Amino acid sequence: MAEIALEAQPRLRSLYRMQWEETQKSWVLLYPEGMVRLNGPAAEILRRCDGSTKVAILIADLERAFKATGLHSDVHEFLTEAERRGWIEFAQ
Amino acid sequence: MAGSNSHSKAGQPGPPLWLLAELTYRCPLHCVYCSNPLDFAAVEDELTTEEWKRVMREARALGAVQLGFSGGEPLQRDDLAALVAEGHELGYYTNLITSGVGLNEERTRQLKSAGLDHIQVSFQDSTKEVNDFLSSTRTFDLKLKVARLVKAHGYPMVLNVVLSRLNIDHIDRIIDMALALEADFLELANTQYYGWAYLNRDHLLPSREQIERAERVTREYRERIGDRMKIFFVVPDYYADRPKACMNGWGSVFLNIAPDGVALPCQAARMLPGLEFPNVREASIRGIWTDSPAFNAYRGEEWMREPCRSCPERTRDFGGCRCQAYMLTGEAANADPVCALSPDHARVTDVVARAQQAAPPATRPIVFRERANSRVVVRG
Repeated sequence: MAEIALEAQPRLRSLYRMQWEETQKSWVLLYPEGMVRLNGPAAEILRRCDGSTKVAILIADLERAFKATGLHSDVHEFLTEAERRGWIEFAQ
Repeated sequence: MAGSNSHSKAGQPGPPLWLLAELTYRCPLHCVYCSNPLDFAAVEDELTTEEWKRVMREARALGAVQLGFSGGEPLQRDDLAALVAEGHELGYYTNLITSGVGLNEERTRQLKSAGLDHIQVSFQDSTKEVNDFLSSTRTFDLKLKVARLVKAHGYPMVLNVVLSRLNIDHIDRIIDMALALEADFLELANTQYYGWAYLNRDHLLPSREQIERAERVTREYRERIGDRMKIFFVVPDYYADRPKACMNGWGSVFLNIAPDGVALPCQAARMLPGLEFPNVREASIRGIWTDSPAFNAYRGEEWMREPCRSCPERTRDFGGCRCQAYMLTGEAANADPVCALSPDHARVTDVVARAQQAAPPATRPIVFRERANSRVVVRG
């Protein structure tokens, strides 16, 4: 799979809906007849996949929000996996 | 459902993540493999709109998040859009599971604005002849029209095709049809032998050769089409040597409400003797899910017998399916005889052996799911 560019603008595919489930104390991804429970980091990344935010901005925002550095490879790895699973696509 | 956990022990179940609302047993189709109970015609007192809304509210408060509208044919209910709107408002992901009959332009739009998230359309086959034979209706052309309508209105669409001896050799044409209709998912679900399918088992169970070919063709398509459409192939459990983890465990994540308000841990459980299934008209969803004897009957492991009781795989498959154990061995607490470790495994392998013949001997002619047949079958 091709490297995801820093200018790419990921968004959730229309098949999926993300929401907070209070009883599970967790963000979940809902799709036809199914559900994926997201861990904290996955949810933080996916929440920012709005189709207009570039990957570079998304990473900077996460690093600011969590007072961290060097998140690039983690985010990249997750987005690659999320695309492989069909959760996200990239705005044209 | 991915990512769900079963309860740790009886009395402390996790949430009923999946609420299946069987709005009605009324259906314009007469499919030979229908999973509805044989005596569906006896159920006439359907829940009202307000009663369904209460069920949805209470289940949501317990943590239900997927809501399926099923039947029968859910489009037979005039209040479907109102129920969808309520489900959407409550924060459910709403699924309509339909034959397509009753869906037109106006209704498709109306359901969309009510917040319907997804439509699953069933086909009986990729050919008009077999589709119309298996459903005993002339619905094939209508279904094609409906599937296009669903996509035109921007819904995610799952095509569901129940596979049997009578259509499984069309698998390549079925996949081609789903691709042409731009389905997002294709469910190739081998018949599960409950309800009407159990009655017609001799006519429906494919041969091993048929299944192996279908699996091979499915694999080839997956490689060729990549991400374009996801294909699920549900293996027929009669050909497995371990049982399916039915419903992810009894009373674990799945709550089925029958048209008359009877609450069930699966669509088929109603036939099990000795269990009194609670009715939502008389009890709260919390009481039903957490405390009712019926929902606790096969939770945990206390009820298990050998070979399940000491089996290392019991936490994975929960001993299989209680309904299948009952139908094939006469006792719901026995191991599902699909399991090669079950002392009753021959009850499955005998049926499988018969299915290898070119024309398996059938004990009765094929029976279509019709009100008249429902009454006859039940009188016996």
